[in-house]
Parts: sequence; structure tokens; C-alpha cells
Amino acid sequence: MKLTNRSRKTDKSPMTIAERLYLPAIASGLGTTIKHFFQKKPTIQYPEQKREFSPVFRGLHVLKRDEQGRERCTACGLCAVACPAEAITMIAGEREPGQEHLYREEKYAEVYEINMLRCIFCGLCEEACPKAAIFLQPDKIAPAFYERDEVIFGKDRLVEKMDDRASVGIEKYTGVKS
Amino acid sequence: MADEKLMFKVTVDNIEVEVEPGTTILQAARKIGGDVAPPAMCYYSTLKGTGGKCRACLVKVAAGSAKDPRPMPKLVASCITPVQDGMIVQNTTNPEVLETRKAVVEFLLINHPLDCPVCDQAGECSLQDFAYEHGAVSTRYEEERRTFDKVDLGPYVQLHMTRCILCYRCVYTADQLTNKRVHGVLGRGDAAEIGTYIKNSLDNDFSGNVIDVCPVGALTDKTFRFKSRVWFTKPVDAHRDCDKCCGKVVLWYKGDDVLRVTTRRNEWNEVMEYICNTCRFEKKKTSDWVIEGPRSIDPRSVISQNHYKKKVVPDYIHRVAAAYKPIDEAPRQLPEGQKPVGLDMRTEPK
Repeated sequence: MKLTNRSRKTDKSPMTIAERLYLPAIASGLGTTIKHFFQKKPTIQYPEQKREFSPVFRGLHVLKRDEQGRERCTACGLCAVACPAEAITMIAGEREPGQEHLYREEKYAEVYEINMLRCIFCGLCEEACPKAAIFLQPDKIAPAFYERDEVIFGKDRLVEKMDDRASVGIEKYTGVKS
Repeated sequence: MADEKLMFKVTVDNIEVEVEPGTTILQAARKIGGDVAPPAMCYYSTLKGTGGKCRACLVKVAAGSAKDPRPMPKLVASCITPVQDGMIVQNTTNPEVLETRKAVVEFLLINHPLDCPVCDQAGECSLQDFAYEHGAVSTRYEEERRTFDKVDLGPYVQLHMTRCILCYRCVYTADQLTNKRVHGVLGRGDAAEIGTYIKNSLDNDFSGNVIDVCPVGALTDKTFRFKSRVWFTKPVDAHRDCDKCCGKVVLWYKGDDVLRVTTRRNEWNEVMEYICNTCRFEKKKTSDWVIEGPRSIDPRSVISQNHYKKKVVPDYIHRVAAAYKPIDEAPRQLPEGQKPVGLDMRTEPK
């Protein structure tokens, strides 16, 4: 039964002498190879060279700090309930007197974990966050991992470093840094 | 004819219902159920004297009664207005009511801190539901909000006065459930606040019930403070033999741990049977309880999020499935001259 018009009948007739010599075929094959030396290369040298990101790219998560370096996250759980992959878990803690410079609100995330194997980088956590605390960075790719125990990212890998601030923050939505 | 009770016919949102004389408009509307029932922030059917404070349940009375069908001049609080025969009430069908409710939300939220991400009540908060359903999207309030420090009322209950909407429910609970009330509303008007006057603790056996009747997060369970968000916990009905109360509760599980114990509430979010502090705060092991089964939660509630239930397959599906097979496998009887449609290999001529 013929399903499409694209099928061709295979030519099974014996090869001619010119074909059996193989040399013309080798020459034409090499020609194809040499032609590519002079063409523009589609690949780049990745770690040294990087491609431009799309403006809507969603990469590795960051837990933001505010201007004074206090953690913005208050462990409200809205990211975790919005997450379609159920990748986020957290345990809340109560801020003690004297910790006001560490945490912005009276409650904070003692443990905040994202399972990077589960995460699908949809950005719904960022959308759900009422405190502008979690963002998917537009310029950082989630690193590859080689072991199972590297897969769950905790606060040590997610919270923004004060000397290496993320390029994204509340200004993405309000236009003002605060 | 003495047995026959006198019944009043009331129409709420074009739906007619028959109720006994003395019923309030709110109760009549709740008898119809669904969206017809006005929201209530302060009224509590199981507590005497509640209602008339929050104005959330304002409705339009388009006709006072059959004898005097003039409309009532102002919107009335449905929780304290008794019905009359032939009364016509408009709740969601009246734009004036909806507009007024928007203003009521705005008033209730004037001094509310809007700290839902921190508050333990979030997810089961009447004010959240009320504001979500009836309020405006954003606030117009720019002035300073009144603030209070949180107060420990004894070992179990914590008071966040900033969140309080002064519904008086906890005051009535303490009055009607316990023999000595130690907290109340101090001050007047803008300065009114819930307090114990001189630092006092709620140590009555039924004092924990103020947590459940509080429509907002003003009175919260100290043993549950910041333990988990309510939508990460799993509610399970359970009971135990208690010599002080009915012992019928809901256990809120996270994993194998009981994070908190609460009373069971009806569809209007009202406690039907109160429980004692021993059940509420001291029995937090599964072995203390007889488990009845998972509590059913309104699928619209955030608490039901990510709680997977086995889908209930209706009975007839099995019957249809059983009947389907033999018909499908029998050679198809086609009318004379008609060819089969599609790639049906069984009926294609060899």
C-alpha cells in the first residue's frame, strides 16, 4: 500500500566501471568537506564564547536580598503551591530580635530547596512571589550536575551573594530598586 | 390548624424560600445556599448576640413585606434583620450592594497590615476570601496604619492586634463557653483594641476556641506558629473520648506529624462543636486519636491544592465499558452498497 508519493524505488542494477573505481565519488565527497572549511561555522567555543540570551530567557533561580542585604523571602509558600512540578520545599523560621539586618520580615525561610531535576523553569514561582524574592535569572544557566546529591539546591546556592548581585530584581516589575 | 406553623415566604435574589418567623435574612439566604448567602465576618450562628458589626452582609430590601411593600430606605445588615412575609431581598443582583461591599472591604482593610505571606491564617482566612471576592484590586490608603506588638495570651494563644477587625466573636466565645472572661475590647472607636487590660492569660479549658472563631489571623495557635502553611498540611477527621468536650476534631498532618488540631467547621466556616484545650494543644500524636478519614475540602480552596484524590469513576462507566467490547468486535453490518469509512482493517475486503 502506497501511503505517500515520496517513496522511490531502489536502483539495484549493477554498477558501471566508473562507479566501481570509487575515485570520482571520493573526490566529490572531499569537495563537500573542503567546501565547509570556507563557510561560516555554526558552532561556538562554549565556555569561552557565549551566545546572546533571549530577553525572556529563564535560567537559574536566585533568592534576592534587598538593598540592605536582608533576605526578601518570607517563606509564604506561594512559589511552592504555584510550582507545577512540585520542585520547591521550604521550612519557615521566626526571626529573633537582633536578626533584623538578616531578614526583612518576621518570618523567613530557614530551609529553601529547589529540586533542579524536577524544575521545568516555567517561572511560575517568580510570578507567584508577593515579595519579589525569587527570580529566574535571564543570564545564568543552571549548572550541570554529575551526582544525584547535587540535584537539590539549598539556600547556600540560591541566595544572592552581596558581592555578586543578580542582574534581575524587583525593578523588573516596578521599575524602581527597593 | 394549630400544628401548622406559620411560615414566611422570602425572595432572595429571585429565589423563593420559606422560613420560620424570627429568622434573619442571612439565615434565610443560607437556607438557599451558594452565592446567594451574603458574606459574614462577625456574625456567628452558634454564638448568641453576634452580628451587626462588620457590615459585610449588607443587602438591599426591595420590598419590606407583603403588607407594606415599600423598600427599606438604606441597605440593611442581613445578619440581624428578621424577615417578614413577602420580603424581597437583593444580594448579588443589586449593583448598589456590590459597590457598598467593595467599600466595606476597603474599610476593614484600612488598618489591616496585609501581611498574609507571614500570617498563619492565610489560606483559611475569611477576610482574605471576602476581599478576594468582593474587594477592589489595589488599595487607595496611604496613611500610617495602626500597629501593635504581638501579645502572648497564655501559653497557647497569640494575639496580633494589628490584624484584628473587631468582630467581637472571641469575646462572645469567652462569655458563652467559659465561666470567666478575661479579655475584651478596650477603648472606643479608633482606639478600640482586644486586650486583657492587665497582662492576663487565657487559661480556661475552652479558651483555645477563640483561635477557630477568629475570622482573621489576630488570634493564632502558638503551637502552630510558622510551622507550615495550611495548604501544605493534610486535614484528617478524627475523634477521641474526651470527658470535657465532644472530642471531634480535624488533625492537620504534614508527613506523619500532627501539626495542629482544630474543630470541625461547617460550610459557612463556623464551628459546630467546640473542643477543649487538652484535645487541641496536648494530643498531637496519631496514637491519641481514632482516624475517621481525610476531610473533604472545597476544591476551590487553596488547601485542596496539590492534594491528589483518586478520581471517582461513576458506576455506569463500567457497565458501558462491559457492553462496548462485544459490539466493537462483532463484524460490522453495513447497508447494501455502502463502503466502510476510514482505515478499518477488519471490514476491508481481502
